[in-house]
Amino acid sequence: MSGNMNLTLKVWRQKNNNAEGKLVNYQVKDISPDMSFLEMMDVLNEQLIVKGDEPIAFDHDCREGICGMCSLYINGRPHGPKDRVTTCQLHMRSFEDGQTITIEPWRAAPFPIVKDLAVNRSAFDRIIASGGYVSVNTGNAQDANSLPIGKEDADLSFAAAACIGCGACVAACKNASAMLFVSAKVSQLALLPQGQPERYLRVHNMVAKMDEEGFGNCTNTGACEAECPKGISLSNIARMNRDYFVAGFASDN
Amino acid sequence: MSILDAKIPEGTLEQKWTKFRSSVPLVNPANKRNLEVIVVGSGLAGASAAASLAELGYKVKVFCFQDSPRRAHSIAAQGGINAAKNYQNDGDSVYRLFYDTIKGGDYRSREANVYRLAEVSSGIIDQCVAQGVPFAREYGGMLSNRSFGGTQVQRTFYAAGQTGQQLLLGAYSSLERQIGMGAVKMYARHEMLETVTIDGKCRGIIARDLTTGKLERHFGHAVLLCTGGYGNVFYLSTNAMGSNVTAAWKAHKKGAHFANPCFTQIHPTCIPVSGDHQSKLTLMSESLRNDGRIWVPKKAGDTRKPIDIPEEERDYYLERRYPAFGNLVPRDVASRAAKERCDAGFGVGASKMAVYLDFAFNMDRYGKIEASKKGLENPDAHTIRELGKGVVKEKYGNLFDMYQQITGENPYEMPMRIYPAVHYTMGGLWVDYNLMTTVPGLYALGEANFSDHGANRLGASALMQGLADGYFVIPYTIGSYLSKEISTKSIDTNHEAFTKAEQEVQEKLTKLLAIKGTKSVDYFHKKLGKIIWNECGMSRTEAGLKKSIEDVRALQKEFWSDVIVPGTADEFNPELEKAGRVADFLELGELMCIDALDRNESCGGHFREEFQTEDGEALRDDEKYAYVAAWEFKGQNQFELHKEELKYENIKIAQRSYK
Repeated sequence: MSGNMNLTLKVWRQKNNNAEGKLVNYQVKDISPDMSFLEMMDVLNEQLIVKGDEPIAFDHDCREGICGMCSLYINGRPHGPKDRVTTCQLHMRSFEDGQTITIEPWRAAPFPIVKDLAVNRSAFDRIIASGGYVSVNTGNAQDANSLPIGKEDADLSFAAAACIGCGACVAACKNASAMLFVSAKVSQLALLPQGQPERYLRVHNMVAKMDEEGFGNCTNTGACEAECPKGISLSNIARMNRDYFVAGFASDN
Repeated sequence: MSILDAKIPEGTLEQKWTKFRSSVPLVNPANKRNLEVIVVGSGLAGASAAASLAELGYKVKVFCFQDSPRRAHSIAAQGGINAAKNYQNDGDSVYRLFYDTIKGGDYRSREANVYRLAEVSSGIIDQCVAQGVPFAREYGGMLSNRSFGGTQVQRTFYAAGQTGQQLLLGAYSSLERQIGMGAVKMYARHEMLETVTIDGKCRGIIARDLTTGKLERHFGHAVLLCTGGYGNVFYLSTNAMGSNVTAAWKAHKKGAHFANPCFTQIHPTCIPVSGDHQSKLTLMSESLRNDGRIWVPKKAGDTRKPIDIPEEERDYYLERRYPAFGNLVPRDVASRAAKERCDAGFGVGASKMAVYLDFAFNMDRYGKIEASKKGLENPDAHTIRELGKGVVKEKYGNLFDMYQQITGENPYEMPMRIYPAVHYTMGGLWVDYNLMTTVPGLYALGEANFSDHGANRLGASALMQGLADGYFVIPYTIGSYLSKEISTKSIDTNHEAFTKAEQEVQEKLTKLLAIKGTKSVDYFHKKLGKIIWNECGMSRTEAGLKKSIEDVRALQKEFWSDVIVPGTADEFNPELEKAGRVADFLELGELMCIDALDRNESCGGHFREEFQTEDGEALRDDEKYAYVAAWEFKGQNQFELHKEELKYENIKIAQRSYK
């Protein structure tokens, strides 16, 4: 099914992290409003490929808003113009015929560009590896219902755990701060009894790693929360700061 | 043809696993430190296996093609994970979970494996809770359960519609912990492109660093493929765009038998195809069938809006045909019933290839309960509906949002339109009880193997199997192999077997880039998908399969002479990655059709039109086909069939009935 939308795209092209990048203009025609944004990109890439040109590299996988692999800074907003939606779930009906759309990668020093619109977010993995877990080996667990957890705490913990690790919070932040991402994991575990034994060590180590990776500080602007496709709450940052403060007192370091 | 030995331990069904665990040879901690294990794939099976093996002391390397192990497609599983906890006191037990799974698989899975799966299921929930996985809970703090298809108990644990995400992030955290401790070395954005066999044993892999394009050699005393299913052979499926068969297929071409490739699962509740541009299909969780009723108009071609069609003019065809299970029949049954109604002209929506999934009835039921809780007397219909919407939103909010985002329609006001779509593949690499393939030292876990789901998988069982294999099975079974490898030193990757394997990979990449034809990789993928969907999808015929084998072979030739792959091999080149994967799908597609043609019966997801009962149900032939079909690669377009006889010693094999 072809549609009737004609669009001008200004897309960031960059061969690799060492090369210089620039915005390049492309025209796409007959786009259906029912296409997803990435399907529109597929159409453009198909045009480029059969012409013998290099297609535009961008990260994507599940295309149902959960794996966190898609990114894209669309017309100045991470994941585009709609709230609480990832790029892969954004549809062309959210744009108008004749519109010019600017597409850029996440821009933050700790997320170096791989190629075109794809960036390297492995800093997030390293932050999790520094403490975003409960230290429990396989086979040690007691019966799951021997640890009752109130529904409110369970729900709050789940809401924090809904983070997909896409990095939109960093991309949205003028300081390239990763506080929303880190606080989501810290909060998920701080709200559960399983997370208590390592609660303060965890926040201490994760914040230290976050700083080491070069993410900026939080100035309570709230852009991260506004742009988060999963609605991770700013109150997680407050919880993390409280825990971090306590960790400072509790620590011998 | 040979008969395969599944190495099932002796003893009664209940004793097999316990005895095996207590008698399997162990590897002492000092020796574990010198044994290297390669894990390919970082989903539920891969991440849980890697973390558990590293905890035991093995040296582990993990590879995934995504930018982070947390992206693996297990993350997209929505509805839940089964476990025989019997927390609801509704009659569940290990035996009942085992029985439901065997019956759900239409008597084409291995009893001993399925029983073990049911046995370890409880431990999975305990393990995940200990890791901090935030499962849904009741107000009293206890874990909540819901129902899934093909069962009559509530044994499904869940975290809203994001269960896979939460379970994967749990396993990923455990994996990252081991990475942080230096026990696991992680290789993200790396794709396995070949296995390396030395003296008949699998000893490593060739992987491509997808960022730089560089080929790398990695040695391992054992290699675990946890690389998921091959649903993307259909092009359109609920799988992620990158999900592929490449690792399993490379292993197959190097000696690992591929079992039951034609057993694929078409999931009944997916958002219907809306146009040619579509790149993937989106599942609406089976859990929705707890509260959604499926119907079509009684009058063919009825164009009224669904809410304008009165109750008596609706055909709740699942409730009509299967009164005992109703909307919760297994997936294969529900999918075929939807196809039957649409083919008969009762389909709805613009394409007429959809049925309704309607929540109005249960929204009102919940609304009344809520009104009663709030002490509202004689609430009006609007108030009831609004209260009910709140309940449904809490249970399935993210799914409803997703539906609205994709279709532009509001499912709180209008019934959802749904149609079956490819979702899961029961077939996969043949493995024995130890999860070892026919190549010594090469294992397959999770969806990548064939072992537990027979001809149809029940809902909420894929997560269970992935984690069972990784957390609780492989840590024991791998010992029986590695205990004999303690004197094997690390093999230098300059060994000629590594050199040769790398050369083969290099040649293939060079060849793909050199064709410089006129058609994109997607063109071939879409064409292949159409052939397989039409002839080896929800319903299959002898004539159709014979033709499709010819068609796929012709498409293979066309691909290798006319595909265009831009760019070079020494850079980040997603089109080149895709080309390699589609080349493998083209070969697998052929084998799927060969397997489907060979199986002259209908069972589970494999429905041959020639073999059905009078009322259109699948007609099995247990005399001739109670076996696993394991195919050996014998050269291009040549496959030899081997069989593993399925013996049912504990369950009486019967016609499956959900009436």
